[in-house]
Amino acid sequence: MHHLEIRNISSSYGKLEVLRDVTLSADKGEVVSLIGPSGSGKSTLLRVLIGLTPPTGGNVYIGGNKVDYNSRKSLKDLRGHMAIVFQQYNLFQNMNVLRNVTIAPVKIKKKPREEAEVRARGLLQKVGMEEKADAYPDELSGGQQQRVAIARALATSPEILLLDEVTSALDPERVKEVLDTIRSLTHEGITLIIVSHEMAFVREVSTRVAMMDQGKIVEVGPPEQIFRSPVESRTRDFVSKILSH
Amino acid sequence: MNYTFQFAAVLEELPYLLGGAVVTLQIAFASFWGGAVIGLFGALAKVYGGVVARRIAAGYVTLLTNTPALVQIFLLYYALPDAGILLEPMTAVLIGLVLNAGAYLTEILRAGVLSVRRSEIEAAATLGMSQLQIVRYVMLPHIAKTIYAPLSNFFVWLVLGSSLAALFGVEELTGRAINISTANLRSIETFTIVAAIYIVLTVIASASLALVGRWAFRVKAKVF
Amino acid sequence: MFERLVTEAPLFFNYHNMVFIGQAMARTLGMTLIGCGVGFVFGMLIAVVRQTTSSLLWPVRLVVISYVEFFRRIPFLVILFIVLFVIEPLMPGTSLFGIATVSVCLLSTAFLSEIIRSGLESVPRAQVETAQILNFNVLQTLMMVVLPQSWRVILPPAAAFIVMFIKDTSLASQLGVIELTFAGKMLINRGFSPILGFGAILVCYFALSYPLSRFAAYLERRLAPS
Ligand SMILES: Nc1ncnc2c1ncn2[C@@H]1O[C@H](COP(=O)(O)OP(=O)(O)OP(=O)(O)O)[C@@H](O)[C@H]1O
Ligand SMILES: [Mg+2]
Repeated sequence: MHHLEIRNISSSYGKLEVLRDVTLSADKGEVVSLIGPSGSGKSTLLRVLIGLTPPTGGNVYIGGNKVDYNSRKSLKDLRGHMAIVFQQYNLFQNMNVLRNVTIAPVKIKKKPREEAEVRARGLLQKVGMEEKADAYPDELSGGQQQRVAIARALATSPEILLLDEVTSALDPERVKEVLDTIRSLTHEGITLIIVSHEMAFVREVSTRVAMMDQGKIVEVGPPEQIFRSPVESRTRDFVSKILSH
Repeated sequence: MNYTFQFAAVLEELPYLLGGAVVTLQIAFASFWGGAVIGLFGALAKVYGGVVARRIAAGYVTLLTNTPALVQIFLLYYALPDAGILLEPMTAVLIGLVLNAGAYLTEILRAGVLSVRRSEIEAAATLGMSQLQIVRYVMLPHIAKTIYAPLSNFFVWLVLGSSLAALFGVEELTGRAINISTANLRSIETFTIVAAIYIVLTVIASASLALVGRWAFRVKAKVF
Repeated sequence: MFERLVTEAPLFFNYHNMVFIGQAMARTLGMTLIGCGVGFVFGMLIAVVRQTTSSLLWPVRLVVISYVEFFRRIPFLVILFIVLFVIEPLMPGTSLFGIATVSVCLLSTAFLSEIIRSGLESVPRAQVETAQILNFNVLQTLMMVVLPQSWRVILPPAAAFIVMFIKDTSLASQLGVIELTFAGKMLINRGFSPILGFGAILVCYFALSYPLSRFAAYLERRLAPS
């Protein structure tokens, strides 16, 4: 049984079909990367998984249990196991760093505040942000905000973490610090689904890579296959174009 | 309580009430255009005027916008006779509303004048546009965009605000409502119908202003 | 005319009159603040209801939207009359002050709900989605994420609205509430000249309104989203 299983998921914005019959799975602790051209539906797939965009067909299973995206209870359950980090960080602007990280454990999971703060400081240390615990988001650089966003996601102890182009809003110098942070997560048993244009990084950390185009998964395979000897011509075009960049 | 609503008696008076609505619109129009003239001078004084002109305009706006129009008009209506000037109720109301509208429109028009950026005028001049062309193609569109929505909101506000004329015995919509309800004693029905007329009146006003804005100035004003 | 003022002034500015005007001023302020305070609470409720998307709630949304759109299009004077005529037979003992305050509530609810709504809508959707993902419920999202970020958009126009309402309450004089305007009329009926009576009342309104409108302008500059 796979940890995360996506079966024939479809989704659309109005009449625009954005995902068509997407099937993909990930085992526990796996790092699966999604690559593909802009507009191919990568973000939408992650939004469907976390329950922000309703699927129009197909099913998602977590640990063998079907997720019911129409049920509030099921969604709540799902989000207890799964977290997401967006390209635009989306830190709560009205809270300082520490509160951003502790708010969900304290207010939603009802953990004692001291315990949550100790753990939050530990996570902030892990992402190299412990010194900024009292700063507000608008006082931080993009890279710093992104690392806090990762710490906030980790604070909910997710088994599955979705990362949507977490480095693409950052200056080149900042990219490395965030990638280092993600790299440190890959051996902790968390299942990671990563959308990224950082091909060298994808190649290094992924156990498998899925190529998406026009709402479909075109090809899935280990990084060596996708980057060295892709089967599909579309993958070959995309990879060669982006690597020659 | 078993109050039986009787709208029929009031509906018989509908033509009389609608006549009042016309007077209401007339007051609103007159105050709006009178106020617009004052507001134009006020705005120009505030933006381009010397110290004295700016002070006067600012003082005028501050005094009028921080006191109720009703009391200002009371003052006109009851105090001027002491100085030998007798005003008709309608005249007092109009003077009061025009002066008030002038103050609010000064602020609205000022925001419009300020919305024109110097750099754009200079850019237009370097393109070889004449003064008139600059006004027509650069300044006016900008100003129209900035002030159109506040202007049409303000007009609606004047339609509603003109109801205070009733307190001076002017027979506009609210005034006629008072007349009817004292005669037929069907106050709730009368004022409900009058409220509905005001709603229809202002919806029509906003909608037509929005359409005019779209057509004449390409302003995307919301109807609601 | 000027001579008349000079002889009247010492009589006018006596202790009794000043207390009388002070009490009237308190009523003007009371109607405004109670009315706008209650209006703020209900306006908030309406704004929140309008944010919901559940198809089950559409009748509720229809009701509140009609309320807001209608009441912003009825003159305060007409609302005062309707409230008077409805409340008097239903609750005969209600004070005129109470009736006027209820009228302020009705109108300020409609206007403040629009101000609050644009504040709520100024918070980026991503902030709300993030809260959802962290399993915040609707109330938690509102109280912990949306509201704290919308004050800067809500407060300046809300303060400007209260300034407007200080002035609009002068219409309540028509019902006989002894607020500033009615107090002015009474003083004149006691024989003081209109210039003195209404002049003093205008000064009082100015004293209430001017600091608040300066505060509104300050908020506008200070809190303007950069
Ligand atoms: N909120 C929305 N409303 C309508 N269409 C949308 C919306 N969001 C995305 N789309 C459309 O859905 C398609 C897939 O978008 P998506 O954001 O999932 O692509 P992506 O693969 O993440 O692209 P990128 O690499 O640029 O982030 C695109 O055609 C996009 O225009
Ligand atoms: Mg994307």
